[in-house]
Amino acid sequence: MADKHKLLEVKGLTMDFGGLRAVDSVSLEVHEGEIAALIGPNGAGKTTFFNCVTGIYTPTKGDILLHPKGLATRRLNGLKPNKVTEMGLARTFQNIRLFPDMTVLENVMIGRHCRTKSGIFRSIIRSRGVREEEQQIVEDSYQLLVKVGLGEFANEFSKNLPYGAQRRLEIARAMATDPFLLLLDEPAAGMNPQETAELDQLICKISEEDRIAILLIEHDMKLVMNISNPIYVMEYGKKIAEGSPQEIKDNPKVIEAYLGEETDA
Amino acid sequence: MEYFIELFLSGLTRGSIYALIALGYTMVYGIIQLINFAHGEIYMIGAFVALIVAGVCTIYGFAGVSVLIIAAIAAVIYASAYGYTLEKIAYRPLRGAPRLSPLISAIGMSIFLQNYVLLAQTSDFLPFPRLIPDFEFMEPVAHIIGSPELVILVTTVVTMILLTLLIKKTKVGKAMRATQQDMSMARLVGINVDRIISLTFVIGSALAAIGGVLVASYIGQVNFYIGFLAGVKAFTAAVLGGIGSIPGAVLGGLVLGLTESFAAGYVSSDYEDVFAFGLLVLILILRPAGILGKARKQKV
Amino acid sequence: MLKEFRQSLLVSIWFVFLTFPLMVVRVNTTESIVEWRWMSLVWVAVASFFLSYLWRYMLARQQAKKKVEEEGVQQLSKAQLLLEDMTFRYKAMGVLLAFSLVFPWIFDTYQSTIMISALIYVVLGLGLNISVGLAGLLDLGYVAFFAVGAYSYALINHHFDFGFWACLPVGGVLGCLFGVILGFPILRLRGDYLAIVTLGFGMIIKVVLENWNEFSFGPSGIANIDRPGLFGIDMNIDGSTTYIYYIMVAMVVFTILITMRLRNSRIGRAWIALREDEIACVAMGIDMARTKLSAYALGAFWAGMVGVLFAAKTTFINPASFTFMESAIILSIVVLGGMGSILGVILGAFILILLPEYLRAFSEYRMLAFGAAMVLMMIFRPQGIISNIRQKYEYKGLKEEADNG
Repeated sequence: MADKHKLLEVKGLTMDFGGLRAVDSVSLEVHEGEIAALIGPNGAGKTTFFNCVTGIYTPTKGDILLHPKGLATRRLNGLKPNKVTEMGLARTFQNIRLFPDMTVLENVMIGRHCRTKSGIFRSIIRSRGVREEEQQIVEDSYQLLVKVGLGEFANEFSKNLPYGAQRRLEIARAMATDPFLLLLDEPAAGMNPQETAELDQLICKISEEDRIAILLIEHDMKLVMNISNPIYVMEYGKKIAEGSPQEIKDNPKVIEAYLGEETDA
Repeated sequence: MEYFIELFLSGLTRGSIYALIALGYTMVYGIIQLINFAHGEIYMIGAFVALIVAGVCTIYGFAGVSVLIIAAIAAVIYASAYGYTLEKIAYRPLRGAPRLSPLISAIGMSIFLQNYVLLAQTSDFLPFPRLIPDFEFMEPVAHIIGSPELVILVTTVVTMILLTLLIKKTKVGKAMRATQQDMSMARLVGINVDRIISLTFVIGSALAAIGGVLVASYIGQVNFYIGFLAGVKAFTAAVLGGIGSIPGAVLGGLVLGLTESFAAGYVSSDYEDVFAFGLLVLILILRPAGILGKARKQKV
Repeated sequence: MLKEFRQSLLVSIWFVFLTFPLMVVRVNTTESIVEWRWMSLVWVAVASFFLSYLWRYMLARQQAKKKVEEEGVQQLSKAQLLLEDMTFRYKAMGVLLAFSLVFPWIFDTYQSTIMISALIYVVLGLGLNISVGLAGLLDLGYVAFFAVGAYSYALINHHFDFGFWACLPVGGVLGCLFGVILGFPILRLRGDYLAIVTLGFGMIIKVVLENWNEFSFGPSGIANIDRPGLFGIDMNIDGSTTYIYYIMVAMVVFTILITMRLRNSRIGRAWIALREDEIACVAMGIDMARTKLSAYALGAFWAGMVGVLFAAKTTFINPASFTFMESAIILSIVVLGGMGSILGVILGAFILILLPEYLRAFSEYRMLAFGAAMVLMMIFRPQGIISNIRQKYEYKGLKEEADNG
């Protein structure tokens, strides 16, 4: 593992809300080509962790370092979300956040925004450069839709898509920002087993074909165990374990955390 | 020094009126995160009803404090009824709609109610009878503080205490606080959320009506347009203190009243409103949560 | 059946109670006269009885429609489909343009004057549509930018004797500049706070114009503003009105063209995304501050520019023309027409400005109706008269699909 390039490095990340410590000095690394996973019971602080990394919250303590290949290291703490995305780190949301009154294609086109540059004035006179760029955005976006299997829905409103398709659209939209690291927040939530299996394949395909590293939050252990390595486990804001799927499976702390939850349910 | 005290007291009087109206904004915002734009119109309607009732009573031979009390009661009843109806018609069907929809509906309602009163009554300023008597014991200090100011201050303080007791001590108050914290959870534990929301509008409207009656008898005239500016100012007060917070609304009202009074007294009375809005803009930029408000993290 | 009847009866009684003091009693305290108008009570009773039936019916229909939409079936009315058909749109636009060009030759000057003010509101509506309809920034002080444009022309004309054409871009740019200056500090605010602050700005500008006599000539305003010139030709009132009319038509066409292009550009998409979901929008790499500011400033640009024309048309302006009510009217144009929909806003402006003009008898009920319409629209038809037409894009895959199928 050591020879692989380290992309994301989080050191001692802590996030307080008033008196509540939602994330307590969590460290984590994602390397090139990996599908890493962050798992844990509900309320463990996984989404808060994501929000800190992607700039929606400014963490109380700790460092979030991004090491883009061939570029200088950047500290992400306190950067605005759009800057984080520009640096090559894209995300999806746990509770789907699409743009409901835009078409499926337009949703993906929004992702291309930070990689294109037509300004106001040139958009008004609609110069040739703008028209070409615009067409390129459309083609690129459509290709992404085809990749996630939504090509035929391109001109539908995104609010009219079925649930599973909306999740895949979120992935396509995030990929449109040309990330080298993709953060997926419970991508399989609310999906049936068949949809989950398809999602498995999609995630692997993205990892292999597009050479994008992936960090995903999951609740569903099965999905995680199949595709990801390494796995980090959080409970009550703290990291309680990390390692390969096999190591995690055998870790008594993890078993306790999950069993404890199951008796609750 | 005397001038300073005079300005201070007039600022306090003005501020306590703002506070009374601001409470309605803050309570409604606390529960359904809506700027009830038509709240100022409720205040205006309260003042108008008081004027009409007081006028009729005076013409039919009543006099003195009894008229004030009858008029005030009528104003409170009617304003509450309007507040209740307003919520039912303009806001309830829009629960769960995009954020801007109820706000636009509120603006529409504000325009509607203004013009309703304009058409049903008149566009002129109507003289409001002097219902607050001059107390004899006030004579020695009358050059600094008049009886109407005293009545306004005392009424405001008493109303605040009653409201605080209602919210802190009663079962209904507890339900209101629960609804404010988490509406769906409150519903799960068996609180009739719709009724609590209606009640919030009723209480807020009643407070606004009290403010309306006090202002009208203090300034001595009423017009269909008075609610608009008073509403915007009171909203400023609510934001100033921290919207959603009841002590915040009171504090914000007082701060705004004092600022306006001193600015008008020492700088220029022409730009009174500019100071009020300037203060609002400043507070929103520097401390959007207000003086007493807590910054709420948006859930993602 | 009986239940419905009882419900309506209760509503009727409730409204009779509610409207009793304001609708029935009118006191004249100076002369000690009480006027009782019992007839209005009857009207209220009857009207509220029947309206409550209608209200319940409409609500039920709304519920049913929502349910259908949740099942993912999308309904487009015939009119909407027709509007999405490009060839029909081009034809319709051609006819409308031709009609607007011959308009002053068919009707008299009075009609042209009314039409000019309707067209002014079209431009104002389209401008406000950028910030409210597209970017979702509720601006309640939009009229301030209109005032900036009007006063900049009036003052420049008064002091330096510059003409209309020189000032037209100046007004637009100044409006834009004000938009940036005012927009900068308030961009961080959430939607409803933004609304109140813009309202405050609108009022501040009016108070300043009323009181800063040395600068703006106070409440008495500025008179004798030059009408637009045409190569120094002298024109009578009729000729000048016709001329202004044509300038206005050109301006509307210009506005439509540019707002259309903006909406379908990279920037326009960012505005709409911002309106739909701010957090998702920034997470997709869009700079929120810059996007909001551009929407706010570009909206202000049109108000500033058309303000110049307004000053040139009336030749007299004072602060009374720039009250909150104007902002409210422009906002209702956008809301009723359909937020984000260019065609809807144009239609909204014509309906809201021309209808009260031709139905003089009802003109005092104008604002009452506007207010009620805003509420009803939000409840029953939030997308406005004409909902936004969705943009369809052409891509290679589409052609292949068409070839195969």
